[in-house]
Amino acid sequence: MTNRTVLVLLDPATEVRTSVLELLTIARGLGRVEAVALEAPTVEVLAQLGAYGIETVHQAELARDGACVSGDERHLPAVVAATLAAAVRLTDADVVLLPTSFAAKETAALAAHELGAGLVIDAAAVREVDGRIVAGKRVFAGAWDTECAVTTDVAVVTVRANSAVAQPAEAAVEPVTEGFAVEVAPSPVTLLSREVKADTSGRPPLDQAAVVVAGGRGTDGDFGPVEDLADALGAAVGASRDAAFEGWWDAYVGQTGVTVAPRVYIGAGISGAPHHRGGMQASQVIVAVNSDPEAPIFEICDFAVVGQLADVLPQAAAEIRKRRS
Amino acid sequence: MRIVVTAKYVPDINTERGFQDCRVVRNAGEGTLNELDENAIEAALRLVEAERESGGVGPDDGEVIVVTMAGTDGDVALRKAFQLGVDRGIRVSDDALAGSDYFGTAAVLAAAVRKLGSEEPVDLVVTGMAALDGLGSVVPTLLGAELGLPTLNLAKKVELAPAGSPARMLTITREIDDVTEHLSAPLPAVLSVTDAANQPRFPGFKLIMAARTKEIEVWSSADLGLDSAVAGAAGARTETLSAAPRPERAEPEIVTDKGEGGVALADFLIRNDLV
Ligand SMILES: Cc1cc2nc3c(=O)[nH]c(=O)nc-3n(C[C@H](O)[C@H](O)[C@H](O)COP(=O)(O)OP(=O)(O)OC[C@H]3O[C@@H](n4cnc5c(N)ncnc54)[C@H](O)[C@@H]3O)c2cc1C
Ligand SMILES: Nc1ncnc2c1ncn2[C@@H]1O[C@H](COP(=O)(O)O)[C@@H](O)[C@H]1O
Repeated sequence: MTNRTVLVLLDPATEVRTSVLELLTIARGLGRVEAVALEAPTVEVLAQLGAYGIETVHQAELARDGACVSGDERHLPAVVAATLAAAVRLTDADVVLLPTSFAAKETAALAAHELGAGLVIDAAAVREVDGRIVAGKRVFAGAWDTECAVTTDVAVVTVRANSAVAQPAEAAVEPVTEGFAVEVAPSPVTLLSREVKADTSGRPPLDQAAVVVAGGRGTDGDFGPVEDLADALGAAVGASRDAAFEGWWDAYVGQTGVTVAPRVYIGAGISGAPHHRGGMQASQVIVAVNSDPEAPIFEICDFAVVGQLADVLPQAAAEIRKRRS
Repeated sequence: MRIVVTAKYVPDINTERGFQDCRVVRNAGEGTLNELDENAIEAALRLVEAERESGGVGPDDGEVIVVTMAGTDGDVALRKAFQLGVDRGIRVSDDALAGSDYFGTAAVLAAAVRKLGSEEPVDLVVTGMAALDGLGSVVPTLLGAELGLPTLNLAKKVELAPAGSPARMLTITREIDDVTEHLSAPLPAVLSVTDAANQPRFPGFKLIMAARTKEIEVWSSADLGLDSAVAGAAGARTETLSAAPRPERAEPEIVTDKGEGGVALADFLIRNDLV
């Protein structure tokens, strides 16, 4: 291993999501890992970081024209990007890793632009080959594996959830939080309001869940059976875009929605259109429930039931609960 | 209102897509206008149309110009844009641009916007939310950074202060990653729109006919005054090392429900240690 420094973005710093633990695990394989935060990490967060071998958390002290930048604005991609760029300069880091999301892509692009760094979006693996950072990507709806090397000194990479199994370090450490000054450029963009959707479902987040149950037009608007099976499995619930645009469910899976790559994806009443497949075909195991034996989703699945989802899903949920207890 | 839309020519999502020698295969006849750029074109057309309707500008004022960076087959994308009603189509083509990465693409598109701006001011640049081949969703951000313009990304809803307002503020609503935000910025700006922003129109017969013969302007990197170090494979900050098709999935196990389908599903999950 080289003496490379790897920075991992921790935003928010009030919780460590599974995707960040996966990132920390990947990062340890590349060099010395430090975290970058825009607010003070909580005690629980520090303990988790310590378990993953993080000795230093760099906490930004944000200022613009002499005034402190606080509140929601801290999460704007331009502000986070300025922070990452400043942290790279401070630590002379070689690699910056972020968990993939739409906001993270914007942040990563701005940071890479400022640093003159190479950029990889949606990596499924990151490793070092002959001194260079090499990222693996699944493209074309999971049909191709590609690898690319970053040719610049600094690499900025967003990494998909479920790309690694989170693994604590061999020995835990006690992280130290160190402040550093970040000058944020005046922005012509005004944030008028920002609202984070409160999730009271108790289910794992869709983009990070190990098991996803998704419902489509075939639910005819009743997501009850989908939710029932998801809860029996401890899974996240998603939808097809058509079901989401009907207003039946919020978050949808696919190329323009959420990209998922769970251990198990179960699609019920979903035909498996190319746009949908693009967001789930990298799943390890694909299960389909569909009343039409000719549904295209059967071409990419491992297991399928041809039948009515309102019959099949509740029965599966009941059976799982029974065999578990 | 003079709007530039950037639109990409991509392999059709319904065809067999793949790589050869680490480059995306672009078979003639199997490429299309990136569907998500139809949303960008629609957003641009609506902004110009709204301005004409409100009397903010004359009935013939306002212009939507589409720029694409592609080889000659990229004309397919521009023809489709003409069918939808855009006024001008420009293709930036140059062998030296082949192999451009995100930064190279953004630098080229920015140079094209600047050139258009030197003819007459550009008020707004509209892009799609992602190109369906690479799904990067970063070119809009980089384009804004290259042009030094405020960037409003992933709009689900777009509102523009009427012509004649002291500052023409563009306000968007976006819903990403479980967060709803309202953002605003003054024109000129860069805007990317999602597929939820609008329903792209169907081309009319007259426009389809006219699109066949409408002139496509072709610009080279020299026309754009581009430094050859920023674009093309030479300027790229990443290098593709390998591209290989994934092994095919094994034949699926398919059960037809005769009253036991749910039990079979549960059994499959348990048997494979997936519960
Ligand atoms: C630019 C663009 C981007 C898009 N992005 C996305 C995206 O990100 N994600 C996405 O999902 N879509 C996306 N789409 C839409 C996509 O093309 C499809 O239209 C959509 O995925 C279809 O949703 P569906 O499978 O729920 O509906 P349908 O295609 O109508 O399929 C419904 C299925 O349910 C089955 N069914 C009906 N009744 C039952 C029953 N009682 N029990 C069991 N099965 C039943 C039917 O046999 C059928 O196979 C996009 C489209 C465009 C143009
Ligand atoms: N080669 C290109 N020519 C024109 N526009 C492009 C090109 N590449 C990307 N874009 C624009 O940038 C958006 C996002 O692309 P990407 O960042 O590659 O996903 C697309 O929807 C297009 O509007």
